[in-house]
Amino acid sequence: MTVFIPRSLQEATDLIAEHPDAHLLTGGTDLMVEVNFNHRRPEKVISLGKIEELHQVTINDDHVIIGAAVPYAQMEKGELGESLPALAEAARTVGSPQIRAAGSLGGNLGTCSPAGDSLPVLSATNSLVHLTSAGGTRMVPFSEFMIGPKRNSRQPHEIITAVTVPRTCGWQGYAKVGTRNAMVISVASACVVFHDDELRIALGSVGPTIIRCTDTENWYQSLASKKSTGVSLEIGSRASQESRPIDDHRSTADYRRHAIKVLAQRLFERGMSK
Amino acid sequence: MSGHQNYTLNVNGTEHPVKDAWIGESLLYVLRERLGLPGSKGACEQGECGSCTVVIDGSAVCSCLVMAATAVDSQIATIEGLAEDGTLTDVQEAFITEGAVQCGFCTPGLVMAVHHLLESNDNPDEMTVKEALSGNICRCTGYGRIFAAVDAVIAQRQAGK
Ligand SMILES: Cc1cc2nc3c(=O)[nH]c(=O)nc-3n(C[C@H](O)[C@H](O)[C@H](O)COP(=O)(O)OP(=O)(O)OC[C@H]3O[C@@H](n4cnc5c(N)ncnc54)[C@H](O)[C@@H]3O)c2cc1C
Ligand code: FES
Ligand code: FES
Repeated sequence: MTVFIPRSLQEATDLIAEHPDAHLLTGGTDLMVEVNFNHRRPEKVISLGKIEELHQVTINDDHVIIGAAVPYAQMEKGELGESLPALAEAARTVGSPQIRAAGSLGGNLGTCSPAGDSLPVLSATNSLVHLTSAGGTRMVPFSEFMIGPKRNSRQPHEIITAVTVPRTCGWQGYAKVGTRNAMVISVASACVVFHDDELRIALGSVGPTIIRCTDTENWYQSLASKKSTGVSLEIGSRASQESRPIDDHRSTADYRRHAIKVLAQRLFERGMSK
Repeated sequence: MSGHQNYTLNVNGTEHPVKDAWIGESLLYVLRERLGLPGSKGACEQGECGSCTVVIDGSAVCSCLVMAATAVDSQIATIEGLAEDGTLTDVQEAFITEGAVQCGFCTPGLVMAVHHLLESNDNPDEMTVKEALSGNICRCTGYGRIFAAVDAVIAQRQAGK
């Protein structure tokens, strides 16, 4: 038996303790592309899609807990989508309906690409990643979870089981730039969250990890008059200066810096007008 | 052999045993090459074209991205299940009469996606239809005839109510 299909989390953590070399699989939308193109030849797979606990959603007044196997389709709308508007917007931009019916936060975090669309939202909302092993669960802030491009702090015997997303008081939104609207990996993306009088900005696809614009955030915090004209322009250029993009097959560093300037400014203005 | 196993898939209501298959095989490959069900098409094998669309437990997904051995204990619906007795569905008929088929390579995936859409929403507006079909690429028709076929089915179903 080489594909394990555990039905409970307990069964899954026992399996991974015994087979730390096994590949974890949820929606398959990242892993199967690698398998189809012979980049990986898995000998052992632990499929997590049929574990009830990983499909649970808990909506509380101050935070939401989303199971690692919940598909994007469920985050786009309904009660979950309404409780976390930026995540709903990010989910809506992922791939196509077929991809959103299968892809999950567990997989986006497992892959940990700087272009992963949920990741700037998890960063800007100060979300916590739940990592569970046979020994118990630890909660890691997103900023400590993603440590490099496609690198995270998950240990081989741990399963990403859920994400706690704190709810915020104020507008929040996500936007990305790509070559077209449907089915596109982002060239640059930004999430802006207003929480009371605090501003948070996280950038995707413009650095080795998701970038939190703490300098821009602190600058905004120190302003006496947050509504004066010119603030939004300044937010755009400061956020752009905090990005660390590279040239690659999808775009150039120059264009990405420009895109961040426009995205951050536009999202900030959208938030201020609400 | 290591990494191979036996399992059973339920496709269109029938149990299909799969013998000694490498675990990395996609559902698309197993349907086409092992179970003699070549209706689902493979073009990109990376989730981008939708020509391999099947419905698993009520969700329309790309079968090229499903590890077949994990699809046990699921209900898999493929294009072959639509006209089993030879009578085409209204969606299939409309694709023919509206001229939505040219080379036909995208057609099985699109027909599955259209049926899936209309099952949950019997009167979708234009944007909803476009959004629902945005994961299915057609290189021939330019989509106009495909949307016309969907509109024709919606109109027929609304008239028949
Ligand atoms: C056509 C196409 C378009 C796409 N478009 C986008 C897009 O617009 N935006 C975007 O962000 N992504 C996109 N993706 C990538 C992919 O859909 C997402 O990263 C998705 O979130 C992956 O989730 P999954 O459940 O399918 O992951 P899987 O493929 O099942 O797993 C991905 C990785 O995470 C690991 N993993 C999975 N679950 C867990 C877990 N619970 N604990 C620990 N590790 C785990 C796996 O071992 C694997 O390494 C696209 C992919 C395709 C094929
Ligand atoms: S073959 Fe599966 S989406 Fe193209
Ligand atoms: S008819 Fe040829 S791809 Fe659609």
